Amino acid sequence: MAKVATGIRRMAKITAGVAMSHIPAIGAAVDQGKTEEAYWEPVFKGFEFSKTWIAAEKPDVIFLVYNDHASAFDLSMIPTFAIGCSDSFEPADEGWGPRPVPIVNGHPEFAWHIAQSVIQDDFDLTLINEMTVDHGLTVPLSLMFGTPKEWPCLVIPFAVNVVVYPPPSGQRCYHLGAAVRRAVESFDEDLNVQIWGTGGMSHQLQGQRAGLINQEFDADFLDRLASDPKELATMPHIDYMQHAGSEGIELVMWLVMRGALDQDVETLHRFYHVPASNTAVGHIIFKNRAK
Amino acid sequence: MALEKPYANIPGTTIFDGDMARRGYHLNQFCMSLMKEQNRQRFKSDQRSYLDRWRMTEEQKKAVLDRDYNQMLALGGNIYFLAKIFSCDGQSFEQAAASMTGMTVDDYRNMMLSGGRTPHGESGDGDQADG
Repeated sequence: MAKVATGIRRMAKITAGVAMSHIPAIGAAVDQGKTEEAYWEPVFKGFEFSKTWIAAEKPDVIFLVYNDHASAFDLSMIPTFAIGCSDSFEPADEGWGPRPVPIVNGHPEFAWHIAQSVIQDDFDLTLINEMTVDHGLTVPLSLMFGTPKEWPCLVIPFAVNVVVYPPPSGQRCYHLGAAVRRAVESFDEDLNVQIWGTGGMSHQLQGQRAGLINQEFDADFLDRLASDPKELATMPHIDYMQHAGSEGIELVMWLVMRGALDQDVETLHRFYHVPASNTAVGHIIFKNRAK
Repeated sequence: MALEKPYANIPGTTIFDGDMARRGYHLNQFCMSLMKEQNRQRFKSDQRSYLDRWRMTEEQKKAVLDRDYNQMLALGGNIYFLAKIFSCDGQSFEQAAASMTGMTVDDYRNMMLSGGRTPHGESGDGDQADG
């Protein structure tokens, strides 16, 4: 193992967890310069703290948990968990041309390291060397970093299937987060790593029940994500689908993020707003308490 | 033994499981083809003949031509795949969702602005949702 002159082992470390919705219309609002319009202004206001915070935190790498929305993966292949091991990922053309955002740069050595560690820890990942990334990944970057010429850090995309039923359970996602943390902390490089969980909150995009929002469910989810994630992780799929809408199931991805942090965390920021298009926007930032 | 489908009775909701994915395979793969600009052009210039290149049922093709999204969902379409059709038509998710609820876009938008569709009586467990 590489050692620095002082004898302290170099180590990558997860310093914070961030969760947020990844609504495509938010990306369109950014791309079309509509962020100050009355409809969108409250959404972006909720990320002002976050932008200032992350500019000071300067993460080196973001392990970004998201889902692909029939962009990189069609029905010919449906990986439950897939890690992006490439050195770059182009924004996908989702049907109206690719978003005009910078190319996302990866960290292949670190991604392969995490894959090896996590697979040996019993989570069977799919390894992806070529893929595009859609709004699920790029909208969170826009919300946290605005519109820079280049993204200010490297990103390891981690795609979770929440499109074809069944997605992985909340429990599985939570345990996976812990495995990701072990993987990160065994990498011999001093890296400031953040883990992001994206998607949600309550929403339903399809059928006669489209437009469903459940503010009580969402508030309770945010509370328990902070205070009792272990119990929250046991919530079955049906509860998400019934109470938070068919697409509310995306919230299982927030549990990957939460599983990678300490049990006891400090909530630095919490934000909630309805609506953005069809969806309840939720956002939360956690930091492990200093020991 | 049959798998349990506790989600089968959520009103106004189709869960895209293996049965739906099998039924809608070719419909959804047709949708994916619209990710390419040249295919979008071909589709727009002659929808019927473009659809005839896919192994879709006549019912599925008709639902696409009618832009009947609820029918497409019932025939195995998945909303993220169907999004390629309405994007190709220049429609937003909000407009498409409104059409599925039978509301006008304005009414739907106003419902969302006032907090969205309330879960009470809509959760499908035969009870008031309590969150």
